[in-house]
Amino acid sequence: MKRILGYYLKPYYLRMAMGFFIKFTGTIMDLLLPWALAHMIDVVIPENRSGDIIKWGLFMVFCSVVAVVFNIVANRMAARVASDAIYTIRQDLFSKVMYLSNSQVDWFTRPSLISRLTSDTYNVHQMLSRMQRLGVRSPILLIGGLSITMMLHPALAGVLLCTLPLLAAVVIGVSKKSIPLFSLYQDSLDRFVRLVREDVAGIRVIKALSKEEFERQRYDKANRQVVEKERLATITTAVTNPAMNLFLNLGLVGVIFVGAYRVNAGLTQVGKILAFMTYFTIILNALLSISKMFVLISKGTASASRMEKVFSAEDSRTLKLLEKEWTDEKDCHIEFDHVSFSYNKKRNNLEDISFCLKRGETLGIIGATGAGKSTVANLLMRFYDVDQGAIRIDGKDIRSMDLKTLRQKFGAVFQNDVIFEDSIMENISMGRNLTKEQAQEAACYARAEEFIRDKGGLEEALDVRGANLSGGQKQRLLIARALASKPEILILDDSSSALDYKTDAALRKGLKERYSQTTCIIIAQRISSIMNADHILVLDEGRCIGYGTHEKLMADCEVYGEIGKSQMGIEVEVNG
Amino acid sequence: MGKKKRHTLLRLGGYLMEYKLLFILALLFTVGSNLFALIGPLLSGYAVDAIELGQGKVDFSRVFYYGSWMIGFYCVSSAMSYGQSVLMITISRKVVYRMRKDVFDRMLSLPVGYYDMHQTGDIISRISYDIDTINESLSTDLIQILTTAITVIGALYMMVIISPRLVLVFVFTVPLSACLTKFITARTRPLFRARSASLGRLNGFAEEMITGQKTVKAYCGEEEIISRFEKKNRDAVEAYYRAEYYGSMVGPTVNFINNLSLSLISVFGAVLYLGGLMTVGQISSFVLYSRKFSGPINEVANIMSELQSALAAAERVFGLMDESPEPEDEPDATSLGDDLKGKVQLDHVAFGYEKDKTIIHDLSLTAHPGRLVAIVGPTGAGKTTLINLLMRFYDPQSGTILVDDQDVRGITRKSLRKAYAMVLQDTWLFEGTIYENLAYGKEDADMGEIVEAAKAAKIHSFIMGLPEGYETLLTEEGINVSKGQKQLLTIARAMVLNAKMLILDEATSNVDTRTEQQIQTAMRRLMDGKTCFVIAHRLSTIRNADMILVVNHGEVVEQGTHEELMERQGFYYKMYQAQFE
Repeated sequence: MKRILGYYLKPYYLRMAMGFFIKFTGTIMDLLLPWALAHMIDVVIPENRSGDIIKWGLFMVFCSVVAVVFNIVANRMAARVASDAIYTIRQDLFSKVMYLSNSQVDWFTRPSLISRLTSDTYNVHQMLSRMQRLGVRSPILLIGGLSITMMLHPALAGVLLCTLPLLAAVVIGVSKKSIPLFSLYQDSLDRFVRLVREDVAGIRVIKALSKEEFERQRYDKANRQVVEKERLATITTAVTNPAMNLFLNLGLVGVIFVGAYRVNAGLTQVGKILAFMTYFTIILNALLSISKMFVLISKGTASASRMEKVFSAEDSRTLKLLEKEWTDEKDCHIEFDHVSFSYNKKRNNLEDISFCLKRGETLGIIGATGAGKSTVANLLMRFYDVDQGAIRIDGKDIRSMDLKTLRQKFGAVFQNDVIFEDSIMENISMGRNLTKEQAQEAACYARAEEFIRDKGGLEEALDVRGANLSGGQKQRLLIARALASKPEILILDDSSSALDYKTDAALRKGLKERYSQTTCIIIAQRISSIMNADHILVLDEGRCIGYGTHEKLMADCEVYGEIGKSQMGIEVEVNG
Repeated sequence: MGKKKRHTLLRLGGYLMEYKLLFILALLFTVGSNLFALIGPLLSGYAVDAIELGQGKVDFSRVFYYGSWMIGFYCVSSAMSYGQSVLMITISRKVVYRMRKDVFDRMLSLPVGYYDMHQTGDIISRISYDIDTINESLSTDLIQILTTAITVIGALYMMVIISPRLVLVFVFTVPLSACLTKFITARTRPLFRARSASLGRLNGFAEEMITGQKTVKAYCGEEEIISRFEKKNRDAVEAYYRAEYYGSMVGPTVNFINNLSLSLISVFGAVLYLGGLMTVGQISSFVLYSRKFSGPINEVANIMSELQSALAAAERVFGLMDESPEPEDEPDATSLGDDLKGKVQLDHVAFGYEKDKTIIHDLSLTAHPGRLVAIVGPTGAGKTTLINLLMRFYDPQSGTILVDDQDVRGITRKSLRKAYAMVLQDTWLFEGTIYENLAYGKEDADMGEIVEAAKAAKIHSFIMGLPEGYETLLTEEGINVSKGQKQLLTIARAMVLNAKMLILDEATSNVDTRTEQQIQTAMRRLMDGKTCFVIAHRLSTIRNADMILVVNHGEVVEQGTHEELMERQGFYYKMYQAQFE
């Protein structure tokens, strides 16, 4: 909130002040009208000056026109300021998010970052725009209305002031009671949605086991709960309007009673009572919109502080580079030197991993889920920094390289990698200004050429998350993306699991022939994907339990041998 | 209003009419509360007239008389207004409950193919948000329309009674107000639509890019993406501003009309007063009524647009309700008995998801009790089609499927499906205890049976290691059950069933290798003595199969035993060879 008010709104202070002044003038005009009415009834009429009636009438029309023009102008200025401010805020927030380090992203979680960028910026936008409109108008109406009534008649204004604490009590009481009810409702709604999601996911099982009736009952319970919780919460808030109306009207009766005594004692005139009743309506409406403002502000502030957390997080642009550090050993293209790393800094996810790959060699990594296979890739591309040891490329510590220089060396396909809602060409080139020929060549080696042609060529648009592609097609497209810039290093993380054996084999063959100078790291569950690699690293709970060629590991690594036998029952039989 | 809209409206009305009595009561309350509130200004006018007599002459008995009546009327009006809210809230929640129930009932009876073609998010948004929108509109808009009508007509009536001459003021302001409102809404409606559309595009882009942030970084695409975001951001902000530009006119304009009316009433009221045609009290009442009169007219535009979106939501909800369900069982369908052997035959079966595009052309095979049929082929080649037919999620277009020599169309779906045990690749468990999950297919299973199945599936010791054993609650964010353990749990669930036929999706690609072996052992136990249909990924399974179906591009291209197929040197042969290249 401080950042928004103090930093992002700063360029607009002058415009906001002008808007405020215009709004102020316009609102005062609104307030003058009932006063003019009272004056007409109490002064002009008794003196029977009919010429003055027209004069005062024109005055009222003039006030109305000024009010409407000024209010509209001020509102438009406010909308401009709010839009311009939110544009900068959103742009900065998005850049920040794009440059957040991966550990920061893990910490925030992606869905939460998305909601900060979408619904939170929207809330703040709403707040900024409404604050400058209602936020200015309502207090002026409230304070102005109160002061004019005080001036007109302090005693009658006293009646008015008496009802204010009652109104406040209602608003506070209702929100105190309803907020916990609403959060209970939210919980039950979450449960309800979860249940529907669960049943949609399991529809085959439910039908296969004929459990429709059981699911109906489970659903019925959740449905009842949501409805009942929401009913309770809304019934509570429904008190506000009738109660406020009641107090407003009782206040009016009070004004009439007190006014009657004052008029009788000759202390006031009847026109003032009339003006009072109009002011009363204005003041109450102002109060109602102020209570709405509170909701808006508290929502906006909550959103602003969620955004602030992102703004104050560290991102990769502030990453410090190590002093240039060279080692003598020029032999290795990629070298892991006693690397240890932990995501949560409690238990190591990789422990003391060392290996050396020469240019053009292929490393296969295999092991159970959670063994640390993907972590190797994450560290190599410097999504995270190692805790101990060092990673070198061409003998140079990757922490001494510019991030961009480092990452441009790579082509990578990650586990569950994303396809963007864009053309096939864009999905391959990823903003790298590749030529069509380069993309086509990559598609060819990734065995994606055929289905791209079937789809209608490189310019064809893809759906969100590549929904119009099959699992295997997605993986081939991702591989094309990784190959397109002829990378120095290629990382394929579990990227052939949806390919059938035939395509997988053809792909590996192509890589070997065409990309012989590219150093490859292939992470897989299927042994056939990596058995031909120059080196195979077998990981188990972050430790290396085997390193070598397929033949060597089949002979002396027990776990690898087990996997091999189970996955290639036949081959073992044939060979054995 | 189109025919479709009217139909939707009638159908919504049907739901409301289920609670006729409550609804009529709520309407009565609305009428009552508004009428009582309308009497107030009239009474206050009488009271003002009693005061107007001036210093020392105020008629206090009349002031108090009318004042007390005002208090009474206002109290009753507020009480009735609250009562009305409570009633409407209650009714609309009942309607929501009914609609959700109806939608869910239909969901459960839809063919499974529906779920392959529709996104879960879309279904969920229909059953929760769309129904909520309808409900919101039902509970407030209807009452709002009625309130508006009563207030406008009532206020006009009162003003005519007080001073027909002064009402002429509105001959000027009402058309003005109508024109301005029409002008503004005609301008704003497309702008607001453009605003939500551009915001939707912005949000979609942000979501996509944050999801793929790691990939963007890997290809150093941050700057490019940020500049693309800038364009979308600019669009969204400008669309918002353009909508606001006209949208923010509404408030001041409404106010302006009110102020103008007040000015005119003041002037003409004063003139009439001077002519002795009106009292101050009457002017006072008239002013208060005029405020009530012009306010709600502008509300109508808002309500209309809310009603439009409620109707659109209702159309989506009814659309889901109107999806055609699975056909009913034949009237004389019988249940499969306990003495089932498990022989499955396909006799010249042809099938396609679309009528004119068959993907199984003429498939015949016999699976004798205890035998194994393997289905192989590249990913996405349509291996699940056969399973859809066996389980009767779909019926063949021609040919017959027989179980124990009985045509499946003469068997109830329920008993046919229960004759199969099924283990799928996506391990579905629901939020409940482990016991409940394992006993899911057989409600009367006792603890002994469950434990036995869990032991056979090699998951018993894991379960016993959990804090509450079989009573441990499985939740999304709760205890840590790995994918492999989930798979073992589904195998145990299938074991409890003790069915004669088994459908198995063997793929375990996301499971670690140790667990994979455990799963394989458990699956072998499960397959024991059952007629098995296996979607095979492992060549060892294929070799032992009594029959192999080779599927490619959604069609069955070859069938036979391993030896036969190898001899033929066709697609299967190539696939088999490919893995050793």
